[in-house]
Amino acid sequence: MEFPADLKYTKNDEWIRADGTVGITDYAQDQLSDVVFVEIVVSEGDEVAQGDIIATIESVKAAADVYAPVGGKVAAVNAELDDSPELVNEDPYGKAWLIKLEIADAAELDGLMDASAYEAYCKERE
Amino acid sequence: MFSPLTQADRKAMLEAIGVARVSDLFAAVPEAYRYPALRLPPPLTEMEVAEELQALSEDNETARDLVSFLGAGAYNHYIPAAVDAILSRGEYYTAYTPYQPEISQGTLQALFEYQSMVCALTGMEVANASHYDGATAVAEAAVMAYHVFRGKRPKVVLSPSLHPHYRETTRTYTQGSPIVFAGDDLPPAAPPEALLDEVDDQTALVMVQYPDFFGRVYDFTALAEEVHARGALFGVAVNPLALGLLKPPGEMGADIVTGEGQPLGIPLSFGGPYLGLFATRKKYVRKMAGRLVGQTVDSRGQRAFVLTLSAREQHIRRERATSNICSNQGLMTLAVAVYLSLLGKEGLRQVAELNYQKAHYAARKLAALPGYELVFPETPFFNEFALRCPGPADEIAAHLLEHDVIAGFPLGEAYGEAFRDVLLVAVTEMNPREEIDLLAEMLGEVH
Amino acid sequence: MTMKVREPLISELSAPGRRGVRFPESDVPASPMPKELLRADLPLPEVSEVDVVRHYTRLSHFNHAVDIDFYPLGSCTMKYNPKINEALSRLPGFANLHPLQPAETVQGALRLMYELQEALQEITGFAACSLQPAAGAHGELTGVHMIWAYHYDRGDTHRNKILVPDSAHGTNPASSAMSGFRVVEIPSDARGNIDLAALKAECDDTVAGLMLTNPNTLGLFEEHLLEVIETVHAAGGLVYGDGANLNALLGIAKPGELGFDVMHLNLHKTFATPHGGGGPGSGPVVCAPHLADFLPGPVVVVKEEATDDLPPFFGLETPAKSIGRVRSFHGHFGVMVKAFAYILMLGAGGLRQVAEDAVLNANYLRARLQETYHIPYNRICMHEFVAEGRWKDAPDIHALDIAKRLMDFGFHPPTNYFPLIVHEALMIEPTETESKETLDAFTEAMLQIAEEARANPEVLHSAPHATPFGRVDEVKAAKELVLTWE
Repeated sequence: MEFPADLKYTKNDEWIRADGTVGITDYAQDQLSDVVFVEIVVSEGDEVAQGDIIATIESVKAAADVYAPVGGKVAAVNAELDDSPELVNEDPYGKAWLIKLEIADAAELDGLMDASAYEAYCKERE
Repeated sequence: MFSPLTQADRKAMLEAIGVARVSDLFAAVPEAYRYPALRLPPPLTEMEVAEELQALSEDNETARDLVSFLGAGAYNHYIPAAVDAILSRGEYYTAYTPYQPEISQGTLQALFEYQSMVCALTGMEVANASHYDGATAVAEAAVMAYHVFRGKRPKVVLSPSLHPHYRETTRTYTQGSPIVFAGDDLPPAAPPEALLDEVDDQTALVMVQYPDFFGRVYDFTALAEEVHARGALFGVAVNPLALGLLKPPGEMGADIVTGEGQPLGIPLSFGGPYLGLFATRKKYVRKMAGRLVGQTVDSRGQRAFVLTLSAREQHIRRERATSNICSNQGLMTLAVAVYLSLLGKEGLRQVAELNYQKAHYAARKLAALPGYELVFPETPFFNEFALRCPGPADEIAAHLLEHDVIAGFPLGEAYGEAFRDVLLVAVTEMNPREEIDLLAEMLGEVH
Repeated sequence: MTMKVREPLISELSAPGRRGVRFPESDVPASPMPKELLRADLPLPEVSEVDVVRHYTRLSHFNHAVDIDFYPLGSCTMKYNPKINEALSRLPGFANLHPLQPAETVQGALRLMYELQEALQEITGFAACSLQPAAGAHGELTGVHMIWAYHYDRGDTHRNKILVPDSAHGTNPASSAMSGFRVVEIPSDARGNIDLAALKAECDDTVAGLMLTNPNTLGLFEEHLLEVIETVHAAGGLVYGDGANLNALLGIAKPGELGFDVMHLNLHKTFATPHGGGGPGSGPVVCAPHLADFLPGPVVVVKEEATDDLPPFFGLETPAKSIGRVRSFHGHFGVMVKAFAYILMLGAGGLRQVAEDAVLNANYLRARLQETYHIPYNRICMHEFVAEGRWKDAPDIHALDIAKRLMDFGFHPPTNYFPLIVHEALMIEPTETESKETLDAFTEAMLQIAEEARANPEVLHSAPHATPFGRVDEVKAAKELVLTWE
C-alpha cells in the first residue's frame, strides 16, 4: 500500500496535492476492488466548498462518493476515466486523478492528514 | 410440522449447545413478555386445510363463472398450460434472488430473456428485472425522472387518463419528497396535448398511458417531441398485450416505458401478484431502480449472466440508493418470458387482434342500443371502451349482476359526477360472440 | 477466448414460422384497424411448445433451490415451502377472481384476507393490519410513511430524521430516504446491541422514529430492547419493527406487546411462501391502535355482522386518515392464500415450534462451528448468527472463497459481506425445516473448507468446481453492459 509523502489526505480517503490535484487513495481503491464506473459530478468552472460531492466511483461491490478535500474552483476534470475506470485501481495517485482545483484557501490543507498520519489511520481500520 | 427434528435430535443438539432446555435459548427475551398466549384456531392437517380453502374458494363467483367484461387494469386472458408447468418447478419458485450466479444461471438467463423481450415489445434499450405492479412502476418512473435532473425539476405531469390507482400510488410514494404533481385535474376528454400547458422548466416527467385508462390509443410522437423541447422526459405506461399490435412507445420518443405485465400470462388472482414492467434508454440506466441482469462469461469461457450495476441498489448504497426495492416479481417475469416465447411474434399479434376485434364488435353493438353511446366515439381504442348508459352505471351493473353478468367497471367513483352514467367495458379473447350478444341484449332491456 | 454456450437463448432457438400455441379465429365481423398506429415488426422469438418447455426446464437445472438442498442464506429465511400451499393458491375460485368484482361475488376471498389480517395481528400483538404491501421493503416504505403521517396529523411537522442502526438491512435507510427523512446511523456496541448512549444523544425533538430489526442482523435479541423503545418514545418518536427476522419470535414474544408501534412482516420468509427467484413476496403492515387510521387502503372489514342465518358480510374500506394506496388493487392475494394455509396448518403450537426449532438449529450450527470460525458476537443467538470468513494463517482467503467452495458440496452459501459491521461476514440461517443430518453435513463441509484454506488455498480460490458454471466475471458484466440480446 502506498502513501506518497507529498500529498495530504482526508478521513474519507481522498488525496490532494499542493497544486490542487485531487484523487482517491490506494487504500480506497483496494477497498472498492475493481472499479467499473467513474462519474465526476462537477464541471470545469464550478465552485466547490470543502466536503462537497465531486464524484461517484462504483465497483462491482461498492459505491463511494468522493468529496472535495478543500474548497476552490474546478480547473480541470479527468475525462479519461469515462472510458478507463480501471485506472483508479492501476494508478490511483497518477493517471486516475479526478479533478484539479484552484485552491481557495490554502489554510484548509492544514486541517488534513499527512502521509504518516493517514497510514496509521488506515491501519486502525484493518 | 414441517421440521424434521426428532426429540432425540433436539436432546443431542441442546447438549452440543450446552443448555438444558429449548426455553433457555430465549433468556434474552424479557421474561414478562415471553411465551404469550396465541389465540389461533387449532391446527389442521393438510387434508383439512385443503377442504377449508376449497370451500372458501367456492364462496366466490369468478370472472370465468360469470360473464365478465371487467378490465380497468386487470384482464381475463387465456394462459397456455406450459406457463404454469414451468412456474411450478421448484428449481425456480423455491430459489432466492440470484445473488450467487454460479448456481443461479436458470433464473438469471430467464431474466435476461425477459429483459430482452420487454425491450423488443416496448422499443426501448434497457429493461429492469421488474417492479411490483403497474402502479409502483409509474411511481418509480416519477422518482427516477426527479433524480435524472438532480432534483432541479420537481414537477411531474400526470395524465388524467392514467389509471387512478397508478396516480394515487405515485402520490403516496412521493409523500415527503419535493416532487409535486399537475395535469390530472384536466377533464379526461381533453386531448393529450392539453398536458403541455403544465410542462415548463420545472417539469421532470410527463406520464401518459397507452392504451389509456379509457382504452383510447393516441400516437404520442408529436407530444413527446414537444415535451423534449421543453427539457422534460416523456413516460408511457402500457398494456403490453396491446403492443402485439400497436406501435411501440420507443418509436414515439418515450424515455421511460412502464406497464402492468398481468395480461401476459399472469392469472387475475384477485389483484396480485402481478408485474411492473420498466424500460428506459441506455443513457439513464444508472438512474433506473431495480435489479438488472447483464451478460458475461464464467471462468470456463461459458456465456453466463449476473446481476449487474448493483451499486445503484439499497444493499450497497443504502440511503443513497435509486430506490428501496429489494424483492421484486421474479417468478412473474418467468411467466411473461414463457408466455411471450410460446405466443411468439405471430401469436401475440393474433391475441392482440382478437381483443381489438371483439372489443370493436361489442362497442358497435352497444353504441347502437337506444340510450347508449360511446363517450369517445372519434378516438381509436384497443380492447376497452367507455360506454355512456341511460342511467347510473353502478345501478345498471348491479342489475346485470343479478343475471350473472359483470357488465364492466362503473366510472362514477373514480371520475365523479360527469362519469356517473359511464361504464368501462373490456372485451378479451375469452369473451365469445355469444357473451357480447348477451351483454347487448341485457343492456338493451335496461331503461 | 471464444464464448461457449451451455444453453442457447430462447431467441437463438427461433425459426421463422414456428408457433408454440394457437388461438381460435375471430368469431366476430372484422373492424378496420388504425393503420398509422400499427407496429411494423414484432421481434419476438418463433419457437414450438416443446422448444419452450425443454429450454426452461434445462435452464432450471442450473439453479440451486430449497427443493434441491440446504439454503442457509442469512436474513432470508429460506425454509421449505409446503406443496399444498401452491395447489391452494391455484384453485380456480381464487386464481380467476378479478380484483374489481363486486363484493358479493368475492366473499370467500375477502373472508380469507380478513382472517389472515386477524391471525397476523394475533401473532404479532398489534391492533390493525393492511395486506397491501407487495414485499418487505414496500412494507417498510408504507410504515415510514405512516410515521410521517402520524406526526404531521398531530401538527408535529418538524420531525425530520429516522434513526437506523448500522447493522440494519440496506432497505431501512433506503425506505426512510424515499419518504423524505434524513437518515441518522446509530452504531452498535461491543455486544452487538444498539449503542444506548449514541441513541440517547440523537433522541431529541426532531426524531420521527427508529427502525429496528429484532432479532438484529447478527441474529441477536436486542438486550436493552425495552429501554431502547422507551428512549425513543420519551423523545416523541415511534419505533418501526423490521419483521425480516420474525421467524425467531413466533409464539415466543409479540412485538406489539414489547412496545413497537408499526411493523412489516415478510410472508415469504416467516410464513413459508416461496421466494420465487426474487419475488413475489408480500409485506403486510401491522400497527398499534394509534396508527391504524393511517394504514394504506383498502383493508378488509366486516360490513355487516353475522346473524343466526347469515355469515358476516365482508367489504373493502380505506382507513380514515390513510396514507393512500401503495400499489394497485389489494396486494399479493395469491401469496396470502399460501401464508393463510400455513398458519391454519401450524396453529399456535406449531408456530411456536417453528421458532424453537429455528433457534435450536442456529445455535447448534454455531456451537459446531465456533472452534473453527471466529464468531465476533458469540453468545446464544436467535435464528441466525454471523461468522467471519477469514483466518490469520490463511491470509488470502476471503468469505467469498468459502462461499464459492460450499457450492461444490451442494449447499447454497450463507449471505456474505453483510452485516457490514463484521469483517468478511458469513451470515448463517439454517431455518427450522432442516434435519440434524443436514446440519452435520454442512458442518463437515465447513470444517473441511477451513482445512483446505490452509493446506490447499487454490482449491478455494478457483471454486466452484462441481457446478455447471464456474466463477462469473462481474467486472466484465458491469463494464460492457450487455443487457439484452439486442
